[in-house]
Amino acid sequence: MAEEEKVIEELTTEEALTDPLFVPEPVEGAAAHIKSFPAAPEFQEKLGYPGERPENWKEVALNKMQDLRGKFRSFRLFLDICVKCGACTDKCHYYMGTADPKNMPVARQDLLRSVYRRYFTLPGKWFPSLVGARDLTEEVLDEWYTYYFQCSECRRCSVYCPYGIDTAEITMAAREILDSVGIGMKYTNEIIGKVYDVGNNLGLQAPALKATMEDLEEEIEEDTGVKVRIPVDEPADILLVPPSADFFAEPHIDGLIGYAKVFHAAGVKWTISTYASEAANFAMFIGSYENMRRVSQRIRREAIRLGVKRIIIGECGHAWRAAYQFLNTLAGPFDFLDPNYPVPQHICEFTWDLIQKGKLKFDKSQNDHLKLTFHDSCNVARASRMGDYPGGQFDIPRNIIKAVCNHYYEMPEDTIKEATLCCGGGGGLLTDDLMELRKKGGSPRMKALKQVTEEYGVNKMAAICAICKTQFSKIMPYNGYAMDDIMSVHQLVSNAIILPGSEQEAELAEAQAGGESEKEDA
Amino acid sequence: MLTVLYALLYYVATAVFIVGIAYRVWGYWKTPAPAVIPTTPAPVTRTGVVWRMFKEVALFESLWKSNKWIWIFAMMFHLSLWLIIIRHLRYFIEPVPTIIVLAQPFGKYAGFFFVLGALGLFARRILVARVRYISNPSDYLMLLMFLGIGITGLGMSFVMKADIVGVKNFFLGLMTFNWQPLPSDLGVLLHLALVALFMIIFPFSKLVHAPGVFFSPTRNMVDNPREKFHPVPWLPSIDTVEYDEPHGKK
Repeated sequence: MAEEEKVIEELTTEEALTDPLFVPEPVEGAAAHIKSFPAAPEFQEKLGYPGERPENWKEVALNKMQDLRGKFRSFRLFLDICVKCGACTDKCHYYMGTADPKNMPVARQDLLRSVYRRYFTLPGKWFPSLVGARDLTEEVLDEWYTYYFQCSECRRCSVYCPYGIDTAEITMAAREILDSVGIGMKYTNEIIGKVYDVGNNLGLQAPALKATMEDLEEEIEEDTGVKVRIPVDEPADILLVPPSADFFAEPHIDGLIGYAKVFHAAGVKWTISTYASEAANFAMFIGSYENMRRVSQRIRREAIRLGVKRIIIGECGHAWRAAYQFLNTLAGPFDFLDPNYPVPQHICEFTWDLIQKGKLKFDKSQNDHLKLTFHDSCNVARASRMGDYPGGQFDIPRNIIKAVCNHYYEMPEDTIKEATLCCGGGGGLLTDDLMELRKKGGSPRMKALKQVTEEYGVNKMAAICAICKTQFSKIMPYNGYAMDDIMSVHQLVSNAIILPGSEQEAELAEAQAGGESEKEDA
Repeated sequence: MLTVLYALLYYVATAVFIVGIAYRVWGYWKTPAPAVIPTTPAPVTRTGVVWRMFKEVALFESLWKSNKWIWIFAMMFHLSLWLIIIRHLRYFIEPVPTIIVLAQPFGKYAGFFFVLGALGLFARRILVARVRYISNPSDYLMLLMFLGIGITGLGMSFVMKADIVGVKNFFLGLMTFNWQPLPSDLGVLLHLALVALFMIIFPFSKLVHAPGVFFSPTRNMVDNPREKFHPVPWLPSIDTVEYDEPHGKK
């Protein structure tokens, strides 16, 4: 295929392989073949959508568009005001990775904007070809399904748009319209169904979850000699809601061990809930506020039932956005919680607060074999905050890392913080059927990482997102790294923390005494 | 005859322009922004948002971060446009206020930068494959319209002087409903026709980005979803929701 050759030519030059922000020339159709599996009817119906495409699908879709126009200012405004200046065209990691022009943010929006113009604007009704308006056809639906599931809703484009147009808002709306005519994506929609049934994305049932946590308690005791508890469904002061990947996936679970140790050291009463055992909210990915609320209200119910005073969210990117920007809005008000703490709070805020107060003790040398960098997860960076000032979401995780590690290096400035690159697997795309897209979309971040590996010998990357962690553990091996070269931030905390009464504390005291006696000898 | 035509044209254009923009803005105004979704890091106070918005509309901060070429051309184009508009107020006010007299030389030469900016944006549209891909015929035509307005305007200022006093009388006449003849120079007629076209298409086109940007939720919202409760207006109260049963109890 000529296209394939063009893509290969475009993406394999020396510059293309090394510059993290390399921008290829557009190659039409380059990613048209990348498609996720559609959801089966039963999973669609579970979320309140038709199982199959209705006879009058066109009418339904256009009515939905009209409905969304009345409910979301973002959607209405963003469809109107884009001037096609081109500022966003080189900002999407999927465009950089695939060279498909429909992955340029504005072109992705235009897939829907063209239809909007045809049916909702005068120029589009009168002079469609002049303003790039087109009819809604089956081909258009198919194109929507393809390219709106090649967007990770990472908001990088919205940083650079002079009007703040956020393609994520358009992608969410497009997915909601598709769902309304029975076209859903298997991965996202099955997962939401599992949350309704069981309480988490993995479908991990309460007894299994409890047993796993008991195993972890034993593991921690073996490592430290301290009995650190991981309470499940117990009345407590703090409800911890981690992404369910933290219960079993690597390196996520090492992060969970880290949280447990921090809670133990802080001496607080905390618990996990089996009913609300999921911080991620995949309904956000498909733009459905009704489903998003149904997921997030589980946290409210458990906060009431367990009588907690605070809600803390584990390390996860989109989950932190769902919690930070939406939990209060959708499942609030949380006036029954302790007003001295934000609702919800991020685990990094909790840990950093303790570090600042001097309540945690670390032996940083435990992480001396690691040369670290930090990957800002897209939704933490561009759709949330930590602490009480703008940009705290960048500083707090870094502060924690620097408090527990001696060797820390930043990746290039234009690939971190608000300019950070998505891992390539966010927004509901973390599925094997999209592996090609994930590898390509992750390539800009991988190139940025390679730069610091070459320059400073960086050998590990830390992140605070379950999706990032899973995605990197999958794609890093294709890029000359090992799967465990991606780490949880609280894994680093876990390595370095000295729990009172632990073996590590004794060892440290011994080493210090030894060091002093050596000095005396000299 | 031409006078009548242009007089009617300008009444229509003005009405479409004002009513059209009001209608658009009303639409944005009444549509809820159901969640707090500023692109972060975002200001945590109202004053902070005003400052952010100022930097966005006056300095094109995001565009600066994005692409220096677009920024330069866009800045040239929009700054000149402002100067030109201020200068043109002299044709609608009698006597001319001092501030507008002072703006006269700047506004006059801004015409060149206006055309240069539009040419730069046009060139990008043709030369950069990515931008070419996203351009529709209307995007080119709109730039041609601005080029037409700019070039005819410069022509009247610097090449073939038009009967500008006559044009002013025409507009003052329109405003007081006491019609005066419009000088029939070709430059004047073309210039005014294009400006009327601009006013008519403004509310129906991407040109609404000018009032629209102020409504952009990713830019104009205070980052306070935790501090303040923002219920979604079209969702029922949380007290009325039904919860899913715990697993195994269904």
